[in-house]
Amino acid sequence: MSEDDHTDHEKHHHGVSTRAVEIGVALFTFILGVVVIMDSRRVGAGWAEDGPQAGYFPYYIGIILCIASAWTLWRALFSGKSFAGVFVSHRKFRLVLSVFIPAMIYVTATYFIGIYVASALFIGAFMYWHGRFSWTRIIPVSLSVPVAMFLLFEVWFLVPLPKGPLETLIGY
Amino acid sequence: MEEFSNLMQGFSVALTFHNLMFMFIGILLGVLIGVLPGLGGANGVAILLPLTFTMSPTSAIIMLSCIYWGALFGGAITSILFNIPGEPWSVATTFDGHPMAKAGRAGEALTTAFTSSFVGALIAVIVITFLAPLVAKFSLQFGPPEFFAVQLLTFCSFVGLGKGHPAKTIAAMMLGFALAAVGLDTVTGMLRMTFGTGELLRGFNFLIAVIGLFGIGEILLTMEEGLAFKGVHARINPRVVLQTWAQLPKYWLTAIRGTLIGCWMGITPGGATPASFMSYGIAKRFSKDGEKFGTGQMEGVVAPETAAHAAGTSALLPMLTLGIPGSPTAAVLLGGLLIWGLQPGPLLFVEQKDFVWGLIASMYLGNIVGLIIVLTTVPWWAAILRVPFSIIAPIIIVVCAIGAYTVNNAMLDVALMLVFGIIGYLFKKLDYPLAPLVLALVLGDMAESSFRQSMLLSRGEVSIFWSNGLVGGICGLAMLMLFWPVISKLLARLRRGNNDLDEARPVE
Repeated sequence: MSEDDHTDHEKHHHGVSTRAVEIGVALFTFILGVVVIMDSRRVGAGWAEDGPQAGYFPYYIGIILCIASAWTLWRALFSGKSFAGVFVSHRKFRLVLSVFIPAMIYVTATYFIGIYVASALFIGAFMYWHGRFSWTRIIPVSLSVPVAMFLLFEVWFLVPLPKGPLETLIGY
Repeated sequence: MEEFSNLMQGFSVALTFHNLMFMFIGILLGVLIGVLPGLGGANGVAILLPLTFTMSPTSAIIMLSCIYWGALFGGAITSILFNIPGEPWSVATTFDGHPMAKAGRAGEALTTAFTSSFVGALIAVIVITFLAPLVAKFSLQFGPPEFFAVQLLTFCSFVGLGKGHPAKTIAAMMLGFALAAVGLDTVTGMLRMTFGTGELLRGFNFLIAVIGLFGIGEILLTMEEGLAFKGVHARINPRVVLQTWAQLPKYWLTAIRGTLIGCWMGITPGGATPASFMSYGIAKRFSKDGEKFGTGQMEGVVAPETAAHAAGTSALLPMLTLGIPGSPTAAVLLGGLLIWGLQPGPLLFVEQKDFVWGLIASMYLGNIVGLIIVLTTVPWWAAILRVPFSIIAPIIIVVCAIGAYTVNNAMLDVALMLVFGIIGYLFKKLDYPLAPLVLALVLGDMAESSFRQSMLLSRGEVSIFWSNGLVGGICGLAMLMLFWPVISKLLARLRRGNNDLDEARPVE
């Protein structure tokens, strides 16, 4: 999936067409279908002595997925005015990435510093970059959300969330 | 009148202080979820589901279903005041609702929308009350082939009633089934499509998919629009409400038509979104002010709102009676039932009477409470929407991440949520429907096991699916639905000039 996005990103400098994305997604689902078929054949898609084998049902699912993807692929390649036009403009795609990339960093950071600290930093950074808020507004908002979360999950509902060094420091 | 005494017993369950409180919290959370972009009924319920694991199933389902009603109400607020549909089913509400608000009739438009939703939901609940026990009793005689046939009908209906291209609907659906198959196969003990990774052993959890597809996907889409909320101020006072109520009875026919369309589309899983479009389209055709639609007609708010709410509510009927949800949110609730250790399906009505009737009674109460809450708290919600998106967006992403984590306490799920977010973004932009994907992911195991059992019964003969009248009839109907796009085209060609079929269908 992530490799797809990289190629998408490069094409967006010229504005990627709906047709290209349509073809990319149809190819992606087609390949998934092939994977499903192959794996079903591996575990056995036929009939054992005691009934259908593990791959019996998914095998057909894979076949139908391939046929449906091929159909979309065919339409995208050879017909349809609906596929013309720009899928996403360069400017809009940058906006989308400006949310997605920080979200990815946020999720990765959660592994190391726990979800509470990561959330505070994420909300703060987001407000700073996108909203151009002053620190007097960023700090209260970005701190109050994790604190509320902490009270709700750890204290009230007793659901443990990923924690990092800071939480260990204060005894959690 | 067995239903009636059961219902009374249900009210005694729902009317405890405890459950009323959960109802109240549920509605408030629901409206909030409905108002905020990126959070909707399906993923809102999915995020909150882990918090209910320790509650009693009845209280939990009352709260979660009330979140659903709240979200249905909430969608209308953003549509009317901000011209931004908070939920896909309220898109049709913007057509006339927002022009009304811009003309200074915001209070009227909101009252109309809420009251119509209430009426649609109320009639749908009455339908559930009396139809559900019958369906449950009838389906007690179902065997595996019949169950598979009903599931087939469900999925074929998506092709026939959905507004996407059949190839895309089928692809989305099959993707759901394929994802559902990942992990340990409980019948044979084989590992399927795990490719040697231990984390994939338990398969893909549909809650993660729902949170990613609907939550993160929606945020990415919203971001693209660059979101500057420009809203109309709203004040609702009792005088406006009463004045509007005095006018509403005029549109009783539109309301009933909308409700019927909604109930039909909710029970067969067409869903609330196509129902609202269809109802709007039909109302426009049959109304004497049809050509004025889109300029701020009350009738143009009544039609989609009754249909959307009726569809959303009646989607719970097949979920409770057959274990087959009629909408993504109903699918999440179904997942909840399984987690709380309840087996959805006809036996639920026999074995878990308190649960079922408590839930049905709470639907009546929840909608009344919901109507009162939304009518009194509109300015609040409008104020929330004035909070800049650069504050709301990161908070929603944080909430989604926590929701995804708490499902299995696994960080991998949070990463998967982001992947599903990309899929959701791409699929939405390319008009791949998400509902069949989610439903297939939820129902995959069940559909597979009823298919396997049928195959075992017949020793691999597919002919078991037309071996008797009942299963054959359902399968026949399923095929009709599957090929409906082709059939409707042929029909329209046959009676060219009188092409009402096309116009009644949602805008494509």
